[in-house]
Amino acid sequence: MTPLLQVTDLHTEFRTGAGVVRAVDGISYAVEQGETVAIVGESGSGKSVGALSILRLIPNPPGQITRGEVLFAGRDLMQLSDAQMREVRGADIGMIFQEPMTSLNPVLTIGRQITETLEQHLGADPASAHARAIELLGLVGIADPARRLKQYPHQLSGGMRQRVMIAIAIACDPKLIIADEPTTALDVTIQAQILELLSGLTRRLNVALIIITHNLGVVARYAKRVNVMYAGRIVESGPAAAIYQNPRHPYTMALLRSVPRLDRPRQARLDPVSGQPPDLMHLDQGCAFRPRCRFAVDACAQAQPLLAAVGPAGHFAACLRGEEIAAAAAGAAA
Amino acid sequence: MTAPATQAPALLEVRGLQKHFPVTEGILARRVVGEVRAVDGVDFTLRRGETLGLVGESGCGKTTTGRCILALERPTAGEILYDGVDLIKLNHEQLRPLRRRIQVIFQDPYSSLNPRMKVGDIIAEPMKVHAIEPDAARRAARVRDLLAICGLNPNFAGRYPHEMSGGQRQRVGIARALALNPEFIICDEAVSALDVSIQAQIVNLLEDLRERFGLTYLFIAHDLSVVRHLSQRVAVMYLGRIVELADCDELFDNPLHPYTRALLDSVPAPDPGVEAGRKFRPVKGEVPSPINPPRGCAFHPRCPVAVESCSQARPELREVRSGHWVACSEVR
Repeated sequence: MTPLLQVTDLHTEFRTGAGVVRAVDGISYAVEQGETVAIVGESGSGKSVGALSILRLIPNPPGQITRGEVLFAGRDLMQLSDAQMREVRGADIGMIFQEPMTSLNPVLTIGRQITETLEQHLGADPASAHARAIELLGLVGIADPARRLKQYPHQLSGGMRQRVMIAIAIACDPKLIIADEPTTALDVTIQAQILELLSGLTRRLNVALIIITHNLGVVARYAKRVNVMYAGRIVESGPAAAIYQNPRHPYTMALLRSVPRLDRPRQARLDPVSGQPPDLMHLDQGCAFRPRCRFAVDACAQAQPLLAAVGPAGHFAACLRGEEIAAAAAGAAA
Repeated sequence: MTAPATQAPALLEVRGLQKHFPVTEGILARRVVGEVRAVDGVDFTLRRGETLGLVGESGCGKTTTGRCILALERPTAGEILYDGVDLIKLNHEQLRPLRRRIQVIFQDPYSSLNPRMKVGDIIAEPMKVHAIEPDAARRAARVRDLLAICGLNPNFAGRYPHEMSGGQRQRVGIARALALNPEFIICDEAVSALDVSIQAQIVNLLEDLRERFGLTYLFIAHDLSVVRHLSQRVAVMYLGRIVELADCDELFDNPLHPYTRALLDSVPAPDPGVEAGRKFRPVKGEVPSPINPPRGCAFHPRCPVAVESCSQARPELREVRSGHWVACSEVR
């Protein structure tokens, strides 16, 4: 079966006065029907730009998608006209962003923002759109939906606004939802509510979900597969269980080791990733993680390593020494 | 009522602290129509050399508590005894020598550093203001020392904040806080804005500095795992009040207040194996408005174990076992 979404060799760069930033530098991955895939990375890793590129939401200038193919349900989104692309956004692919206050229109009621989507994409008449909007607010757990429809975004709490965003995202029965740090701006108890809602809905409606986050706990709880990004590239990808139990890229290993955990005894000391985040303006031809890597050798400066299989069931890592590290880890475990 | 001060002497005692902000209406004739009870009766003691974690969600009053201790806000009521002196009773001049001893590290290393000042001048400024190193050459040497102490190249003194990464800027903020040799530092979400891989670096730095200079920290944060790592004792705040306070291990191993339990439950573990086996139900509802807080226990509308009496009387913080304080009538 062909996947719902197949991203192949996607490149996005930003041309600034100071130079060219290759924010996304050749990423490829697939998302199956109904599957939840997490994209993990830190600021500047290209995780958000990669997702916005799928939707062709990169402001040009300064940004430009320079290469790549995004096959969604058999069509290459990069080849569509702007009008065709508008049909895809918000209809076939729903979107949820980090800050619901800035992604909702402050001068339109909640109701209008939902019905607009329905009228635009499904050609619904005002009465049926209104009825469906009430139904949608109920689905996302908003009490008293008829009253809420008449309210403006500023009258709602952050968690409530994010529920509205989810209602808009699922309004047109999308096949895929892209959620970019959907709960980063929310408090922990609200974050838990929103994520449970989102994962419950996507499961029930059989919608695929790309969740972009820096939170390793969120990934562990909700994603089936994970892509780890660093400096514009996917450095490790595979089933969540494999990545957490047997990380094979030194960056993933270091990242997982660096976080303090509530489910384990207190450590005497944290084990941070050393060094500074990469400067995307000044990357060379070698591996971008090299300066911070405890496994780096001279050969790492020669070329960017490509993703290669490092374990069973679709587990890949882009590290020159991936096999050695795997063997060493296997030896240590035995 | 305060938590017991055993072992080291108390450096800071906060008693019955309240900070209410007026809510006004009208443009020309502003009238007060209500008040936000940001901090509504907070008591705790901080011993010399101790790190007290102060956790809670946005709007719980943790930052306002910190700002009151820094004398950046004037409390509505209560006492803040620092080394036995009530900060609230002091005027601007009398506060000055104390300000040298109490410093702060802010959350956002982007907005808390002046973008037009060089890093060296940012760190030297407190010394100028307090006239403690009048000699320019010695001041510059001290700046270089402070940069090195905070893990930065001393030559960064000539750089501007925008030339640095987030983690490096936070190190500058820490160097500035250390410039006056303080004894007490309030860390207000000091690592929250940093990337995961940088967070651990800064946490380790804060620990090193605590040891090296015998610092006392009030560590205000919403990230429970970082608070647990750094703190000796932890206070959990909800809607302007402390609902639970205990030694760190006791609080995390044996949380008693239903809100603390809900908070701990909400944090997913970075381990799919652990998460797959965990039964999890998020706590319902949202934090109520501090303008019109619920009667009785502020948490009762969301509480899974609430009984009728919870909506009547507000539970006081009481010591249910040695050093473990809880404000919940259902905890025996």
